[in-house]
Amino acid sequence: MTAPLLSIDNLKVTFSTRNGLVEALKGVSLSLDAGETLGIVGESGSGKSVTAFSVMQLLDRAGKITDGRISFRGQDITRASRSMLQPLRGAAMSMIFQNPRAALNPIRTVGLQIADVLRAHEALSAHEARGKALKLLEAVLIRDPEERLDSFPHELSGGMCQRVMIAMAIACEPTLLIADEPTTGLDVTTQKTVMDLLAEITARRGMAMILITHDLGLAAQYCQRVAVMEQGLVVEEAVPASLFGAPRHAYTKRLVAASPTRTSTVGSLVVDADEPAPPAPRVSPRRPAEPLLQVSQLVKIFDNGFRGVDDVSFDLAPGESLGLVGESGSGKSTISRLVCRLLDHSAGTIRFDGEDIGAIPSRDFYRSRFRKDIQIVFQDHGDSLNPRFSAFDCIADPLKLLTRVQDSRELRRQVEDCAHRVGLPTEFLNRFPHQLSGGQKARVGIARAIAAKPRLLVLDEPTAALDVSVQAVILHLLDRLRRETGLAYLFVSHDLNVVRMMCERTIVLQKGQIVEQGPSGALFTDPASDYARDLIAAIPHFDPEAATARHREAAAAG
Amino acid sequence: MSATLSHTGYILRGNPVTLVAGIGAALLILVAIVAPSIAPYGPTVSNVPLSLQPPSAAHWFGTDQLGRDVFSRVLVATRLDLAIAASAVSLSFVLGAMIGAFCGYAGGRLDRWVGRFVDVLMAFPLFVLAMALVAALGNRVENIIFATAIINLPFYIRFARAEVNVRRNSGWVEAARASGNSHARVVLLFLLPNVLPAMAVQISLNLGWAILNAAGLSFLGLGVQAPTPEWGIMVAEGARFITTGKWWLVVFPGAALMSAVLCFNLLGDGLRDILDPRMRT
Repeated sequence: MTAPLLSIDNLKVTFSTRNGLVEALKGVSLSLDAGETLGIVGESGSGKSVTAFSVMQLLDRAGKITDGRISFRGQDITRASRSMLQPLRGAAMSMIFQNPRAALNPIRTVGLQIADVLRAHEALSAHEARGKALKLLEAVLIRDPEERLDSFPHELSGGMCQRVMIAMAIACEPTLLIADEPTTGLDVTTQKTVMDLLAEITARRGMAMILITHDLGLAAQYCQRVAVMEQGLVVEEAVPASLFGAPRHAYTKRLVAASPTRTSTVGSLVVDADEPAPPAPRVSPRRPAEPLLQVSQLVKIFDNGFRGVDDVSFDLAPGESLGLVGESGSGKSTISRLVCRLLDHSAGTIRFDGEDIGAIPSRDFYRSRFRKDIQIVFQDHGDSLNPRFSAFDCIADPLKLLTRVQDSRELRRQVEDCAHRVGLPTEFLNRFPHQLSGGQKARVGIARAIAAKPRLLVLDEPTAALDVSVQAVILHLLDRLRRETGLAYLFVSHDLNVVRMMCERTIVLQKGQIVEQGPSGALFTDPASDYARDLIAAIPHFDPEAATARHREAAAAG
Repeated sequence: MSATLSHTGYILRGNPVTLVAGIGAALLILVAIVAPSIAPYGPTVSNVPLSLQPPSAAHWFGTDQLGRDVFSRVLVATRLDLAIAASAVSLSFVLGAMIGAFCGYAGGRLDRWVGRFVDVLMAFPLFVLAMALVAALGNRVENIIFATAIINLPFYIRFARAEVNVRRNSGWVEAARASGNSHARVVLLFLLPNVLPAMAVQISLNLGWAILNAAGLSFLGLGVQAPTPEWGIMVAEGARFITTGKWWLVVFPGAALMSAVLCFNLLGDGLRDILDPRMRT
């Protein structure tokens, strides 16, 4: 047996912070053979990116490798000097970063940037470099490569930027490619094309790849081996089929359970649910009640003439949960803000409880008696909490303004009651947002939204910024809240599995228009429109058989 | 509270310059309060036979052309100079932050008009504008404060406007609106407190500048008048004697001026770190 391409042996990395030394990696051992694809999955803070950065020797100054060995092609590079690394980086191993737009230089054309990489390792004339750059852009299947050579990063879409990054990474034919969350932030369909491209390129050129991701489905679909990391340790390593089919470690089990799949339900996401969900007094979607919300022929044209929402109509019954799904630019977030009256629409009507609330301009809506009835939970929980308000102040704010609670003791009682309902311990109420974890911030955001006892809750990607295990808990919480209070939900998400679990009905949006709508179950099993079918097909999933079939296919293509 | 203290301690340990500047500023304020009672001589008591004496044990900073004790005058002048600067800065800060924050939040026509007005104001040579204001309004201390406040105003308006502008589309402002906050409440309770840490830096830097400005006006004979102890006037008066080697008349009030300005400028950076809760973990 030959030596592995890359081997990491008992790697320990510590960061010195103001709170003392923090051990980010506590003895990580991994190995990778030439041409193999290894997935590293884990949640934020598990040390997966630190591992990649240690291999590339890109740790920032606060981080130190305290113990262990990294060897690449049999050469010890643990404490390699700059001059020793220079020829390796880019040429023998290269990296693809999470945010392609931030990783590209905004003031240089992509052609020049690819040429820069080439010329750093080979003596090439400008003309030769340009020719090679063109070939690389062709290899990453960019449309009109000739034209794109002279484009600046801001002229390209996120997916195209990531292709340019891939082109740069493979420019010098490295033997090892490290992809750190290469598709996070991209739409599912774009994610699929980018990942397919990466898989195809690595297979054809015999490159080894480390794919770092938080998405188990993605790892299962594209990797031959997957390592699960938790708090600086590799807790389990196996082939995807056995790892996801029969996880052994408790953490892996929890992670696998928490990842939404085609068949999971809200209840099945959380392994040890703290309390049994109350019996479902679910409102039948076909209850002949007067709709709570009626949106008809809604249009939003932005100042620059862009039609963000184009003739959208839908109804929402009291207590019903309606999902809005679509990719970025589909207008789903715009609709949520229009319904919340945080943004003015250009045409159409929005009726709430029979009254035309669309007639009230958004700037005056804070005075409306309906303000209390329509509340919103935002996507970015960090950004949606005032940094100078404690959790208590955040939750108390709508109570003071919308339900006119004046008495301070009564206010405290109600805030604590809200905190209790979202599972936020009372001692956290004195903390400021930066002292709370992502999940806790999400709970504060939800508590604030339900504090005034609204009748309609708009959820704008409430779990998109959270780790899967936290997402599972929050979804569970949201589902329970709805059962308890009979709230109606307008649930906006890009994650179709989440919408399927949370909503009775789903609307699929594309470019501001409704392409399909219907009961969630039927829509997911038997989508009528091509777009919905593409969306559903693009969701990464860990269907072990499909994954193995894909690998065979890729190997055959290579 | 103790968290704030320990955070302050942490910042100061990592940044001793701030500590020194803070001590200096505290000392200046203390001197401003107690100066009349600790000054060894009356600041306006002249003793002609002892005029233009170099520094000695009896007169640490020497005496001026009328035999007044320069040390006492420098000490007593601290109160007036700091008072002028502090009131001018607070005036321009309060007005400027409000105007700027509301413009930044509202946008639109109001914002454009105020923006142009500020541009016009800034197109003037500011010191000349202050001189003109004092000359037109009358040679009084209040008018120096007023003039200094006016010429500082554009910086605060612009600063508050820019800071509010980047935050007005943030999630927590939208959330505040969804919670039923009126626009005035959003600006006053949400946006201003978030802008404050950044503005504290500006205040501290500005305080130094305002001291310099007030002293400059007095140096030119505007505002504070001759017998009153004031650093600017003292430098102006001493300048006449510098060619004859009577350096102490200019150097000591000048050094007082310089150290005051330096203290407030250095304090700025440290203040920002202490006031910003996001710097805490």
